[in-house]
Amino acid sequence: MITYALKRSILAILVALTVSMISFSLLYISSDPAIAMAGETASDADIEAIRELYGFDRPIVVQYWEWLKKAASGDLGKSYYFRTDVSHLIAERLPTTMTLGLCAIIFAIGLAVPLGVASAIRPNSIIDRVSLFLSVMGQALPSFWFALILIVLFSVNLRWLPVSGSDTWQHFVMPTIVLGYYAAPAIMRLTRTGMLEVLSTDYIRTARAKGLRPPVVLFKHALRNAIIPVVSLAAVQFGFMLGGSIVVETIFALHGAGFLAWESITRNDLPTVQGLILAFSLFYIILTLIADLINAWLDPRIRIG
Amino acid sequence: MADQVLNVENLSIDIPLSGDILHAVDGISISVNKGETLCIVGESGCGKSLTSLAIMDLLPQKAVRTVDKLELNGSSILNYSDRQMSDVRGSKIGMIFQEPMTSLNPSFTVENQMVETLARHRNIRGKEAKKLAVQMLEKVGITPAKQRLKQYPHQLSGGLRQRVMIAMTLLCEPELIIADEPTTALDVTIQAQILELLTRLQADFNTGLILITHDLGVVAKSADRVAVMYAGQIVEEGSVYEIFDNPSHPYTRGLLSCIPVPGKIKRGEHLGSIPGMVPSLIGEFTECRFAGRWGDTLGKEEENIAHLVPIEGVDYAFLVHGTTDHVVRFCCNSCLKKSKSKISKGVN
Ligand SMILES: Nc1ncnc2c1ncn2[C@@H]1O[C@H](COP(=O)(O)OP(=O)(O)OP(=O)(O)O)[C@@H](O)[C@H]1O
Ligand SMILES: [Mg+2]
Repeated sequence: MITYALKRSILAILVALTVSMISFSLLYISSDPAIAMAGETASDADIEAIRELYGFDRPIVVQYWEWLKKAASGDLGKSYYFRTDVSHLIAERLPTTMTLGLCAIIFAIGLAVPLGVASAIRPNSIIDRVSLFLSVMGQALPSFWFALILIVLFSVNLRWLPVSGSDTWQHFVMPTIVLGYYAAPAIMRLTRTGMLEVLSTDYIRTARAKGLRPPVVLFKHALRNAIIPVVSLAAVQFGFMLGGSIVVETIFALHGAGFLAWESITRNDLPTVQGLILAFSLFYIILTLIADLINAWLDPRIRIG
Repeated sequence: MADQVLNVENLSIDIPLSGDILHAVDGISISVNKGETLCIVGESGCGKSLTSLAIMDLLPQKAVRTVDKLELNGSSILNYSDRQMSDVRGSKIGMIFQEPMTSLNPSFTVENQMVETLARHRNIRGKEAKKLAVQMLEKVGITPAKQRLKQYPHQLSGGLRQRVMIAMTLLCEPELIIADEPTTALDVTIQAQILELLTRLQADFNTGLILITHDLGVVAKSADRVAVMYAGQIVEEGSVYEIFDNPSHPYTRGLLSCIPVPGKIKRGEHLGSIPGMVPSLIGEFTECRFAGRWGDTLGKEEENIAHLVPIEGVDYAFLVHGTTDHVVRFCCNSCLKKSKSKISKGVN
């Protein structure tokens, strides 16, 4: 297990480096940062001055190296717009997004896995049909539309929940439902197919032939094997949620990192965008690492090669 | 009979298919005594596995089981609830499957899977359970047993996995073991070892054994009694000597002619085979199940059916030489007539 974890972590670091390289170069290729910083009215001389001042005239490899060294020590440069440290900005906004993402993925798993298991136990039953209906809805309803329905229902009509802001836990309820409901169908369907497949395997027949009680057969012998692909999917979904939270954060005016990313892109605030991309990617990489480690713990065939 | 472990009478299994019904098993009766080995032979798809699953009440959900009597140690388990049946499974009746590679859960150690059976049926846990597991692994020839306990199925070969399955099944000392082609997936040398192990342990524990196979070599080596299945029915049943020395049903004779006997087969000569196909079991039978499969292999001797004694009240069922154990069944009158002209006494 330890060797596997070590190998997997080294791989994760390599991926992180590659991602940083790509995000760094993409941004520098797509637009000229000196022009962006100087603004619309600047003269050519001003642009040239900025270019030299910030070192944009040096070879890109050197620039990347400098940037990487600083990034590693937590210095992601200053935001062009806010004139403050990007790392501060991110540290300020990330907790909101993380809280939202975490709540949403827990909501999604808590909804999808039990439904998936239940519909696999009795395929074509009422519960299977209901969960199919829910998952089709989840995939078909655009998030913003679903969010608006919730707002009308719970905030405007029933007055149970606040419309926008991020001060109390009540503010997170609707965003969590919207974001989580969007991720639930895929998890549900994968749990269902996984369980159906596992339930027809020979080792489940063995477990039954041993006289084990149905809950033991279902939850110990079947779910443990069926859940493995679901773990990977949930990690990917969680990653997507951080990106997908841009829409949800905007609707509910949650000032999280997603909202910041959207603002910074429209403002051409390169260092912030770059810092956010790095933060999101690192987070994503850590998530998949964790998912792989969980799977290695679940599946001895991964752990013991 | 006092030492009868299992008694099944008139078992049928129907599987509804879209619009039609597959009569997979059609009115078979079997019984097994303590310490006895009953071999069920028959070609692929004749319903052997379904029969064994039906005894365990583990048939696929859509399959419909009808049976007149299902008795374990003389008491009926026919109307047992799911819960009562699960107490029987693994503790009174153990089962070993054809596919050792996939019959163990890949996510749990050998120890975990062995110990859970003990906890379930005998309420033995912890050190005591582990000790029993080690002892049983040693009994089935797995060494070093302690290390093997810690391993996962994917770290074991097919032969070892089947030994683990056998050990696991024996842990609760069941009175009946159903082994469904336990050696089919293994190579020949391992096959022999596993079979020998199984029959030795069966003798040690005095369990009844139903051994399903389509290998007549296996039958000759391990069976006390043989039931020959064809197209969902048992066509001939008797002691292993009777069946091998005096096969009466044309299908049994066909099967036997397929075995190469050293010294009897000449170089270049073809092995026997049964012509034609197993009939489809979907829908009702309009003609004989064995129609079109009367080949030359069934013998050309002159008519001699003096040894068949009709059984009263059962259509087309006969006792051979009047012994109550050797029973032959024909599916229809025309089938019987044809076999009258082809069956002869004492082949080979
Ligand atoms: N779940 C199922 N659904 C539909 N038909 C089935 C099912 N299980 C078995 N059958 C059919 O029932 C018949 C008997 O199957 P069974 O598995 O008992 O055969 P078998 O004698 O064990 O054959 P083999 O020697 O290949 O294991 C076959 O025709 C098979 O196609
Ligand atoms: Mg079979």
